[in-house]
Amino acid sequence: MRKLLFESLFQSPLTEPAPSRDDAALAELAKSLERASRRRLGRSLSIREVDAGSCNGCELEIHALSNAFYDLERFGLRFVASPRHADVLMVTGPVTKNMREALERTYAATPDPKWVVAVGDCALDGGLFAGSYAVVGGVSQVLPVDLHIRGCPPSPTALLKGLIALVEQ
Amino acid sequence: MAFISALQDKGAAVAAHRPWPRVVVDADVWRQATLGIAAGEATLAGLWADGETVHMGLMGEPPPRLLVVSLPCPDHRFPSVGATHPPALRLERAIKDLHGLEPEGSPDPRRWLDHGRWGVRQPLGAREPTPATGDDYGFNAAEGPPLHQIPVGPVHAGIIEPGHFRFSCNGETVVRLEARLGYVHKGIGALMLGAPLQQAARLAGRVSGDSTVAYAIAFARAVEAALGLEPPPRAVWLRALMAELERLANHFGDIGAICNDASFSLVHAHCGILREHVLRVADACFGHRLMMDQVVPGGIAADLARPGADSMPALIRAIRRRFPELVELYDSTASLQNRTVTTGVLPAKLARQYGAGGFIGRASGRAFDARKTPGYAPYPDLRFEPPVRQEGDVDARVWVRIDEVRQSVALIEQLLERLPGGPIHAEPGRPPGEGAEGLALAEGFRGDVLAWVGLAPDATIAGCHLRDPSWFQWPLLEAAIEDNIVADFPLCNKSFNCSYSGHDL
Repeated sequence: MRKLLFESLFQSPLTEPAPSRDDAALAELAKSLERASRRRLGRSLSIREVDAGSCNGCELEIHALSNAFYDLERFGLRFVASPRHADVLMVTGPVTKNMREALERTYAATPDPKWVVAVGDCALDGGLFAGSYAVVGGVSQVLPVDLHIRGCPPSPTALLKGLIALVEQ
Repeated sequence: MAFISALQDKGAAVAAHRPWPRVVVDADVWRQATLGIAAGEATLAGLWADGETVHMGLMGEPPPRLLVVSLPCPDHRFPSVGATHPPALRLERAIKDLHGLEPEGSPDPRRWLDHGRWGVRQPLGAREPTPATGDDYGFNAAEGPPLHQIPVGPVHAGIIEPGHFRFSCNGETVVRLEARLGYVHKGIGALMLGAPLQQAARLAGRVSGDSTVAYAIAFARAVEAALGLEPPPRAVWLRALMAELERLANHFGDIGAICNDASFSLVHAHCGILREHVLRVADACFGHRLMMDQVVPGGIAADLARPGADSMPALIRAIRRRFPELVELYDSTASLQNRTVTTGVLPAKLARQYGAGGFIGRASGRAFDARKTPGYAPYPDLRFEPPVRQEGDVDARVWVRIDEVRQSVALIEQLLERLPGGPIHAEPGRPPGEGAEGLALAEGFRGDVLAWVGLAPDATIAGCHLRDPSWFQWPLLEAAIEDNIVADFPLCNKSFNCSYSGHDL
């Protein structure tokens, strides 16, 4: 273990420069984010991830945000274990009917001010699963959504671009 | 083996089912089949319904022989398989929820995937409208003065899929765990019906995102079997390359995450780097980090891209250089070993009874690997031996993954060295006559994925069932956690890493 830690001291960091913020995300956010509440929170946001019916593909890429290459925490963004600690709900999947109430309760448990980021093509409009008897549709059918990040699944870079727009708006 | 042959002789063979036989039987032969499975003469490989017919997939003991027995149920009833063979219970409950076919004599009448939220009962059967107010669910009781319950989920603390766990505990010790799943049921069976091949393949690739390649391979091979189509060799070899990259990425993710659940974040950080390296090479090779939609019926969507192929040797070197250090660290850190060794033991007997696939079965003495038996191209042309351990604890499941990482690296080298040239896709076309059916197994990182596909004459989907390995693994987690402490549940759960989405469909 000492050898591994020692090596890490001398290696240059793997973390890559931040991508530029996503202009489309910025435009979407301009409509929804109040500057006053943004100022109160500063640059630091706590994110609670909720899988409302995804195939788990989006979760894999959201996980990747915490690895050494993307290092999400350098932007003041971190994932938290409870909606009660969160400023942002990051929701994936077409919202299934079996998950709808759990998602609504998670939103209700998140203190104001709060934002919702819908991640992935399914979260936009149900994607490939739209029209199923078991699916409500996109996240905006259930919760007010402030930002959509598209992709199937969106790459970690695409996720970063959207989230940077959220903290820099 | 004799049991399977005898069973086959008692049914009427369906001509257009390939490559393994399917026979239509009566209720008596169906009962004989259920008793044979319960006695361990065959392993239950799947249990599903298609319209008003139930199908049971049987694998000979020893494998590789497969047989599907089908029972038409015009009166919407069939003799319960779960009554004598518990691994079938949840599959039967799902059949009843979706198709309205009643397993007669089943000891568990509770709904499984249907939570009373769809606004319709039996969506693939009678389609009865119903208020979507939600059903109550009675968990199996474990009662007495010192016992208390801990409800967990469906929304969990980590970035994972949703499901509910009900722990009954005596102090710190888990007396009983019962899972309630179905939260991410998306109705994939219904969406498949009538879908053109291309769309159906995209759906199959999104049953469980972490196994998208394995699902796409299983689905494509079932379609190709139905059509009697031989995909070009280059496509078959490149599929295997994708499958091994997927296995590597998932195993790195799992090994890191298990260590992280024991609060040893150093291994997690380094495994995260290796995983990212694999995904970037996959992206450079095939244009998608998870390689979604790259395997299609008839072959693959795009040939191996040059920059990706060139970056492969560097990936292999990096894994060979970095991974042994992490393995040594895992093996020599007493605080970590203290958490994983003897934790969450799955007895070999249960692994065999449930036909547990993947690292869960192989860590408990069940050597089954679909790449070996029944085997499929190109694996018979490659040198590898599935690792098997007997201990059945979290540590053994980590070691099987470690051994499989080494093996996948060696397989990737063999695949690249002898990669055939030529075309990468053959046009699927249409089935001859009245339609055709195909069955396939593919070994994903988590275990064997079974795909059964029925094609209509216009090559759209007439019926499709995709059985995730997790169906037979989730119940075993409940057995493995017994008498362990609540704090070790994340560790046990991660070492199983069952799929929610793949199970819920």
